[in-house]
Amino acid sequence: MTQQELIAGLPPRPPEGVYLDNNATTRVAPEVIDAMLPFLRDHYGNPSSMHAFGAVAGRALDRARDQVAALVGAESPGEIVFTGGGSESDNLAVVGALRAQPDKRHVVTTVVEHPAVLGLCRELESRLGYKVTYLPVDGRGRLDLQALRDALRPDTAVVSVMAANNETGVIFPTEEIGAVVKEHGAVYHVDAVQAAGKLPLDMRASTVDLLSISGHKIHACKGVGALYVRRGTKLRPLIVGGHQERGRRAGTENVSGVVGLGVASDLAAAHREEENVRVRALRDRLARDILAAVPDSRLNGDAEHRLPNTANISFDYIEGEGILLLLDRCGIAASSGSACTSGSLEPSHVLKAMGVPFVAAHGSIRFSLSRYNTEADVDYTVQVLPRIVERLRAITPFNESRPTF
Amino acid sequence: MWDYSDKVLEHFMNPRNVGDVENPDGVGEVGSMACGDALRLTLKIDAEGRIEKAMFRTFGCGSAIASSSVLTEMVAGRTLEEAARITNEDIARELGGLPREKMHCSVMGREALEAAMIDYYKRQGRDVPCELIVTDVEICHCYQVKRSTIKNAVKQHKLKDVEDVTHYTKAGGGCTACHHDIRHIIDDVWEEMGTDAGLVTIGGLAPPAPPVREDARTAQIRDLVENDIARGLRTDGGDIELVRIVENRVHVRLTGACASCPASQATIKGWVESQLREHVSEDLEVVEERS
Repeated sequence: MTQQELIAGLPPRPPEGVYLDNNATTRVAPEVIDAMLPFLRDHYGNPSSMHAFGAVAGRALDRARDQVAALVGAESPGEIVFTGGGSESDNLAVVGALRAQPDKRHVVTTVVEHPAVLGLCRELESRLGYKVTYLPVDGRGRLDLQALRDALRPDTAVVSVMAANNETGVIFPTEEIGAVVKEHGAVYHVDAVQAAGKLPLDMRASTVDLLSISGHKIHACKGVGALYVRRGTKLRPLIVGGHQERGRRAGTENVSGVVGLGVASDLAAAHREEENVRVRALRDRLARDILAAVPDSRLNGDAEHRLPNTANISFDYIEGEGILLLLDRCGIAASSGSACTSGSLEPSHVLKAMGVPFVAAHGSIRFSLSRYNTEADVDYTVQVLPRIVERLRAITPFNESRPTF
Repeated sequence: MWDYSDKVLEHFMNPRNVGDVENPDGVGEVGSMACGDALRLTLKIDAEGRIEKAMFRTFGCGSAIASSSVLTEMVAGRTLEEAARITNEDIARELGGLPREKMHCSVMGREALEAAMIDYYKRQGRDVPCELIVTDVEICHCYQVKRSTIKNAVKQHKLKDVEDVTHYTKAGGGCTACHHDIRHIIDDVWEEMGTDAGLVTIGGLAPPAPPVREDARTAQIRDLVENDIARGLRTDGGDIELVRIVENRVHVRLTGACASCPASQATIKGWVESQLREHVSEDLEVVEERS
């Protein structure tokens, strides 16, 4: 079957393709690009410099700091530290808080964290002698608060938990977790990279001490992010060698990137309602129609407590990479928890931790939408996808009566 | 995004011979759902031992489907003896190459072919030809480690996990794409060894500690020099032996035709050293010992 045959008789393919991989990265908003360009072209000064060139850049940083502070509901813009992205924010939060508490040697996190946190925690264990407790999740990706209570120890320095999962969209009860953490006095870090712009964030009324966000997940560019640091939280820098960011992150600021992050933060706050109404409705229709049209398909993760833009769906008996390749041929971009797409041969650690069986984990596809998606995108995708699944199921040796060799 | 060749994509988009041969004469099933890829190959074989038709069903990624598809074309019309000589590298080559992390897809093709042919001989009540049994497949492409090497190491040292195998044979130490193949080999060997071997180990004998890093590197250098490099030289009537390793200097002695060859110095510097640097470590130097 050719590509033409795959899409024959379907509603017209949206001309720019259908981008449903927004948890990987997002389109840079035109407003963000417009705001950034002058700082690449004309206002190239170093914000630390004592001249007009520097002053323009410095004022731009201040404004962006206000904008990011507003997005997360910080008390003061001084609580925002600009970084090189979400992974750096996560690393700065965990390592910075550990270094500030040398007497404490224990970290609590979860099995479904982003690799930025999980990989760091393994490093802390294997090379630096820290003890790490990885909290399990249930079949729907939910945490057990009692397990958290049991895990906390007098020497627990940091608890690091994501606000929402990048693969399934499952939301953790950040404040309930925080209440437990605060009883024990550990520093509380929340990775809000996927949640920013979708869930309400109000650090003024929060238990969170440190909160990571990433620019390119909220329609800013790659290579810029921020860490909210609650005033009074002790934090050692990861990158040293300069006074920038009040000594918490050395290096001349990525001014254009930060300006973009500021504008993207404004836009994220302004569009949060839209994400939760219009985008949610698109996502719900996408998932509902696919699940209805494709036999032996299932939604992964807690359907109720979930980001409005994410649907992780498994198609039994087939493998995710094949689905992605065919989707791509039809102009649709998504991603998969399949082993083959990463080259690791292990399917997604998140789905594995949830106990999703192999038959489903290898064939999982994550659809993640944004405010740039349209009804036409969903119309087209829900028509194409069942054909793709059917095609791959005609090739696979496995089916209900013979689920494996 | 994988850098798949046009031919891989073409076979993925238009796979040939999908399905099952009716009344097959040989069936090979390899892989499993848990592994993330699996292939069922069915063969129709005529009275003269020629493969009339091959069909496949594959669970797996694009390159697994493409490898299976191209394999069915490669074996059709061939005698069993000819088909037995098809290696996984041949399958990859036929596809215009595979990304290194995807070479295991071609291995799966070769394994299914092997299994289907063995099944054929068994159904016929005939002995399985030894070339089918001894066929050695390269499992770890980063370090060119063959199946037999891994099997022997697992058997001899009672290895239980991939990390140990990597320590002993280097297999799996690079891109990690072969880890699931290694796990299979470990499982197969333990199954072969039966419970006796298992009881010994469970009875309290810990598996031997992996050799220290330095030893692993020495073994790696020895393997490369004495196998791959020597093989290359032997085709020209020469040979090479490893004398000793002092820190990063690898002392070797050329023998045979190479010993008297004025170009030997260039041979050593240019080729042996580049091989060692590529496959073992960037900082290695080669020193030639005169006999």
